[in-house]
Amino acid sequence: MGRARAFLRSVAPFLVGAPILALLQRVIPPGWQPVAVNAGVDVVLAVSLNVVNGFTGQFSLGHAGFMAVGGYTAAKITLALAGVKIAFLPEIVSDQLVFALALSAGMGMAAIAGFLVGMPSLRLRGDYLAIVTLGFGEIIRSIIENMKFLGQATGLSGLPAHTNFAWVGISAIATIVMARRLAVSTEGRALFAIREDEVAAEAMGVDTTGYKVRAFVISAAYAGLAGGLLVHAILLVTPKMFTFIRSIEVVVMVVLGGLGSVTGSVLAAVALRFALEGFREFQQYRMVVYALLLVVLMLLRPQGIFGTREIWDLAPFRRLPRPRPLAPAPGGASPTEVRDDAGTGRRA
Amino acid sequence: MTEFLQHLANGLSVGTIYALIALGYTMVYGVLKLINFAHGDVYMVGAFAGYYLGQVLGTEKEPSFVKAAFITMGAMVICGALGFAIERFAYRPLRHRARLTALITAIGVSFLLEYGFQLPPFVRSPIEFPPGPSPRFFPQLLELGEPFELFGATVPRIDVLGFAVAVVLMLGLQWIVYRTRFGTAMRAASFDPQVAGLMGIPVNRIISGTFVLGSALAAAAGIINASSRPKIEPLFGLISGLKAFVAAVLGGIGSVPGAMAGGMVLGLTEEYVAGYTSSQYRDAIAFTVLILVLLVRPEGLFGKGQVEKV
Repeated sequence: MGRARAFLRSVAPFLVGAPILALLQRVIPPGWQPVAVNAGVDVVLAVSLNVVNGFTGQFSLGHAGFMAVGGYTAAKITLALAGVKIAFLPEIVSDQLVFALALSAGMGMAAIAGFLVGMPSLRLRGDYLAIVTLGFGEIIRSIIENMKFLGQATGLSGLPAHTNFAWVGISAIATIVMARRLAVSTEGRALFAIREDEVAAEAMGVDTTGYKVRAFVISAAYAGLAGGLLVHAILLVTPKMFTFIRSIEVVVMVVLGGLGSVTGSVLAAVALRFALEGFREFQQYRMVVYALLLVVLMLLRPQGIFGTREIWDLAPFRRLPRPRPLAPAPGGASPTEVRDDAGTGRRA
Repeated sequence: MTEFLQHLANGLSVGTIYALIALGYTMVYGVLKLINFAHGDVYMVGAFAGYYLGQVLGTEKEPSFVKAAFITMGAMVICGALGFAIERFAYRPLRHRARLTALITAIGVSFLLEYGFQLPPFVRSPIEFPPGPSPRFFPQLLELGEPFELFGATVPRIDVLGFAVAVVLMLGLQWIVYRTRFGTAMRAASFDPQVAGLMGIPVNRIISGTFVLGSALAAAAGIINASSRPKIEPLFGLISGLKAFVAAVLGGIGSVPGAMAGGMVLGLTEEYVAGYTSSQYRDAIAFTVLILVLLVRPEGLFGKGQVEKV
């Protein structure tokens, strides 16, 4: 029973999502389709970053670095296999298989990068971790910029246009399902415990370093997926696409939606992407608005719009059928709301 | 040998800049345990303040020593005020929240300054403000003549003067921190803000003072840097700021002499490594240093190790 139910919970979202995606593809005007694809990539990014920044309470600023690893790996593979046709299969199917292979390889490489970065840096806490992940992101970019094999600063161009609505939609659903399934699992509770109090979690027998590294690896893998999708949507990959500013954009989405809230991240990612596109004439004000949004949000509502709650925890949605809560819903306390009782006291 | 000396001169010139900025990071971290992400941008604002003051005073046509001094002082005052405002309106309301909240706010303030300065100018007269994204060229503040020749290495005179000014400022800071009432109060607040408050130290005022002091030093760094490397743009504070933060961590964050030493060491390391290998990796060097320091000796060169208590 339990097993069947778990299986259903993993598969049902895809079954429900597929017709919705098909409908969206028809409803959204062609001019907005690329924006929708971008929004989908943002959803993958924001939800995956939420696993580290929201669930585990660690603050990573290096998401763009993992995106770069995934993007470059996938690009290299599709370029290398561009003319290859798998025997017995029609060209379309073969191309999709190559793309699936490239995306998986990108995820794998990004996961390895996440492991390599996570192992040393997750010994650090809070702001140090933030700066070190930022540093790693910049180092990854700097290495790519110096590799002849990856086209240095000009990057790689002429990628096949594999990314489409379906790929992005399914990836986004997969990421969301991953995050939600993780949140209600034993592992997820270990992550929440680390977020609430690392020392206490450790005292209760949670292998804090192990779980943090795992969260980091998962998050990096999905960032790699987003990278692979993105580069095959704009058919070009350059180091400039993966600067620290890109990481900050994702952080803004996660923080805005609420650290720890998957639906919050999804809504914030979609809303921000479409808002940015809608206000294209005001392009130059966009980052200023981001910055103001961050500061004002932190001053007024540091837990983000949704806090740690999901959309179905809110009053108007209470009556809808929803996932059965495994534990009493948290009261919306977020990691950023926890008061440091020592005032500004010392904490290394 | 000539090459070695040339790198030494360049490294010291960059190192003093890092050291001056790092002092701001380290002092603020000392009292608030906050990485003031916006500090690198205060440094950028300092350079722009100098640029605008130079325009108003017309240094372009007739540079003079008095004007140069006035511009430096003016930029320091402007940035001091900016530092005060940032602390008062962005950080103080969050003082008792978790540290990540303050860190996110700091990132927000940093981006606000960077991108605010990139907007097209809406004030036209007497100065064009904000400057917009294209680089500007800092006016020559002083006419000092030919650069020195030392065993074949060329050292511009402005670099020597900048180095001297930086040393004077650091000695001044050393005096403030260790010899004045304000400095004593600052060190007490850094040691334990709650107890310092109980002992009658106006902790809020001390924190404001620390921000003003750090920002003024960053402004001086901005002027010194811009007079020897005159291209300035709104984004140039970001990377320098991050590197200066690395310098502060390298020296032991919270330690004033550590920040000075860390800045010098980082400037020289960067110059020598980039000079003898590939200058393409210049920006990655600082982060590599940071990661190594945090892994091998997280308390830095001058810092004291701390045991976490629950």
